[in-house]
Amino acid sequence: MLPLERLRRIVGAEHVLSAPEETFPYECDALTWLRRRPAAVVLPGGTAETAAVVAALAEAGLPFVARGAGTGLSAGALCPAGGVVIETARMKRLLALDPWNRLARVECGIANAEVSRAAEAHGLFFAPDPSSQHVCTIGGNIAENAGGPHTFKYGATARHVLALTVVLPDGRVLHTGSPLADPSGYDLTGLLVGTEGTCAIVTEATLKLTPVPPAVETLLLAFRGVEDACAAVQRVIASGLEPCTMEVMDGATIAAVEASVNAAGYPRDAGAVLILEFDGGGAAVAESAERAERLCRELEVLACERARDRAHRLKLWKGRKGAFGAMGRLAPDLLVQDAVVPRSRLAEVSARVLEIGREQGVRLSNVLHAGDGNLHPNISYDRRDADETRRVLEACACILSACVAAGGTLSGEHGIGLEKRDFMHLVYGVSDVEKMRAVRDVFNGRALLNPDKVLPAREQQTP
Amino acid sequence: MSDLAPPHIRSRVDLIQYGRALDCVHCGLCLPACPTYDLFAREGTGPRGRVYLMRGLAEGEIRPAPTVLRDLDLCLVCRACEPVCPSGVRFGEMMEFCRAHILEPARPPGRGLRLRRFVARHLFNRPRLLHALAVLLLLYDRLGLRRLLCSYGVLEYFSPELALRDSFLPRIPRWSERRRLPRRTAARGATRGRVALLEGCVAPLLLGRVNHATARVLAEQGFEVLVPRRRTCCGALSAHFGQLGAARAAARRTIAAFQALGPIDAVLSNSAGCGAMMKDYGRLLEEAEGASAAEVRAAHGFAARVRDVTEFLADQGIRPVPGRVEARVAYAAACHLAHAQRVTAAPLELLRAVPGLELVPLERADRCCGAGGLYNALHPRESLALLEAHVEDLRRSGADTLATANPGCLLQWRAGVERAGLAVEVCHPVELLDRAARVAGR
Repeated sequence: MLPLERLRRIVGAEHVLSAPEETFPYECDALTWLRRRPAAVVLPGGTAETAAVVAALAEAGLPFVARGAGTGLSAGALCPAGGVVIETARMKRLLALDPWNRLARVECGIANAEVSRAAEAHGLFFAPDPSSQHVCTIGGNIAENAGGPHTFKYGATARHVLALTVVLPDGRVLHTGSPLADPSGYDLTGLLVGTEGTCAIVTEATLKLTPVPPAVETLLLAFRGVEDACAAVQRVIASGLEPCTMEVMDGATIAAVEASVNAAGYPRDAGAVLILEFDGGGAAVAESAERAERLCRELEVLACERARDRAHRLKLWKGRKGAFGAMGRLAPDLLVQDAVVPRSRLAEVSARVLEIGREQGVRLSNVLHAGDGNLHPNISYDRRDADETRRVLEACACILSACVAAGGTLSGEHGIGLEKRDFMHLVYGVSDVEKMRAVRDVFNGRALLNPDKVLPAREQQTP
Repeated sequence: MSDLAPPHIRSRVDLIQYGRALDCVHCGLCLPACPTYDLFAREGTGPRGRVYLMRGLAEGEIRPAPTVLRDLDLCLVCRACEPVCPSGVRFGEMMEFCRAHILEPARPPGRGLRLRRFVARHLFNRPRLLHALAVLLLLYDRLGLRRLLCSYGVLEYFSPELALRDSFLPRIPRWSERRRLPRRTAARGATRGRVALLEGCVAPLLLGRVNHATARVLAEQGFEVLVPRRRTCCGALSAHFGQLGAARAAARRTIAAFQALGPIDAVLSNSAGCGAMMKDYGRLLEEAEGASAAEVRAAHGFAARVRDVTEFLADQGIRPVPGRVEARVAYAAACHLAHAQRVTAAPLELLRAVPGLELVPLERADRCCGAGGLYNALHPRESLALLEAHVEDLRRSGADTLATANPGCLLQWRAGVERAGLAVEVCHPVELLDRAARVAGR
């Protein structure tokens, strides 16, 4: 039985949604082929309310899941059957900003970009920059250990989280880590980041802020195809240069972006573009950019352009970050796949991915965080078309197998969620998964919190 | 797509509108732009969730239950989600269609609904009735009734709801400001062209000053200004309420009234909402049942000549403005100018052309102030919550003048400034150009 009355008393009646029409829009995140309608949605206003809500649900023995902005791409926030969504959208306060110690303390529902916006006046920013950063929440970033284009230089979310306040699945509140230094004893903060909301619900976080680099140079290079762009990436890295981002987009992506509100002026006739960015001290950055440009010109580059000013740079990035959404022009649904391969095999695997798309007869385009060897094949489809959806999923399975076969892994930043749970056996043996399950059980023994994510069901552990 | 659409979606227009819902890939990049998502945090109160609800209604996944009506009605239709949507979802259009064809038939019957429909279909097209209402409002104000009710907190005591509604009631200006515009205003100096100006339905009663200033500024800038003999409503409010039939009738009347003026270079409006509606006449009539091809062509032709007055002047090049206005001005973008018409730079250009005027930055200047058609009458509490945040931003900006280019926003900001007791003048950007010229003795 849903303890609706009790939930209403805790958070206020207007923050408990239980009519089927109210919970309907919560049935999926950004992976739209996986949908499950929650029995109820609760929007707590802080840690204490979250803890009380969780306690009530645990007592009732109901499964539940925490959800941020619903921008996840692996169905990580999909509601368990018959369960309750704990939505963090109301918990979006910036609790404290400490420029002297380069710290920000925030509630989990604050948008990623809001943290940087608040820190900007002090010459600081929050480094992880997922494409959805204006929307996605810090809580979600922590759950997924989110990355972004700048992950190549600055590292994913885990490196920028110092301390957490979490609600455990029985309703108790736990504080982990410390803003001061590396914690003594076991690093529970490090352990919890990236557990995809299966161990605890993060409600507050202390984040590390990074000084805004004084100089930035952004290069836009156009190539005949992804292969040439990847060769350029190899060349730049082999030369010892240290770019902060290396983003590759293929021709189909360029066309979609250029048709959208985020048209960035990418050359429409190119088969691929590479965005190379350098940041740091003024002279060194300018020199690096020049060297990179020279190196690339020795290859088969069609065009090379340098961002004239901040506005131009932001425009180039807006195109990249709106690339997924722009795909909506091609078909009603989009599946953003996410896998990693050794950088040296990126060109070859990208080509294989396109081939898989052709084999399965699906509309596929490629976006790469090339520096990290991270592929994002975007597959446009229509979820109403059962056969097309089946082919899309088949293509995904082939892509993941190909990446793992090339020495890669299942996800760079989007998480395993429900989407890839049953592919875990490709990279982990039974004993690995059992150890992970044992860790989860320490926090979430009854498996009420986000029960069916990340870890495959026992009977599916062996292929 | 058509073979995958649910079976009850049959007409061409239905299919087009259903297709619009499929443009959304659920990426969520619209959420930070939405004022009501910010306020309520429910999925159904943000653009992504609303599109999802509309698709669910079209596919028969959900019924138009009271909670659906509530969340879709809470939308301001400010369309701030449109310019940030990478997938190009035409949200405003969808919402209009949804209100007309799904929400309207589902509303519970009653006196409230009858009143709502009367207002949406007829009120703004009845100049005499509007005038009578203005007189009643004037009497309520001038006979001291309002002061009696409000200053001792009498109204507040009996009904905070009514007191709140009272504070949103516009002030009726004195008679001299309610005169209609002359049918023709001659250009000053070398003539640069001939334009027609829409007076609007309520603007002549509530904001005659803006209309007169617009005509004077256009004349000063070298344009002959014609005004249709018949005062027409553009139909924007009807469309906003999902009364598309009434909106189309208004569109036809407006087009006819302007056609009677003979050849003109442009149809101008100083009201962002009206301008946005008139620019959309082509589509509006295209989707009408039984509209003739000639009529649709005429509507497209008319729409192509519509400009916001600020947009027009900036395009034509602003002649040096004589005189001076010493003011610290904050500019608040009207949603239907910035998001619907995508006119963002022109009003600022106009303001910068005024000697002595200092533009001061205003936080969240492109966020809806809560006016949203008649949002403040239908959802006074929500409207106030949106407005108060903005008024606080205005106070912090240190401006002594707030400029915005839409009647609803002007009245809304005035109400907000008055509630907060700020000494800030609220006016249309052209009023500042006009004032400068008058200072110069023109």
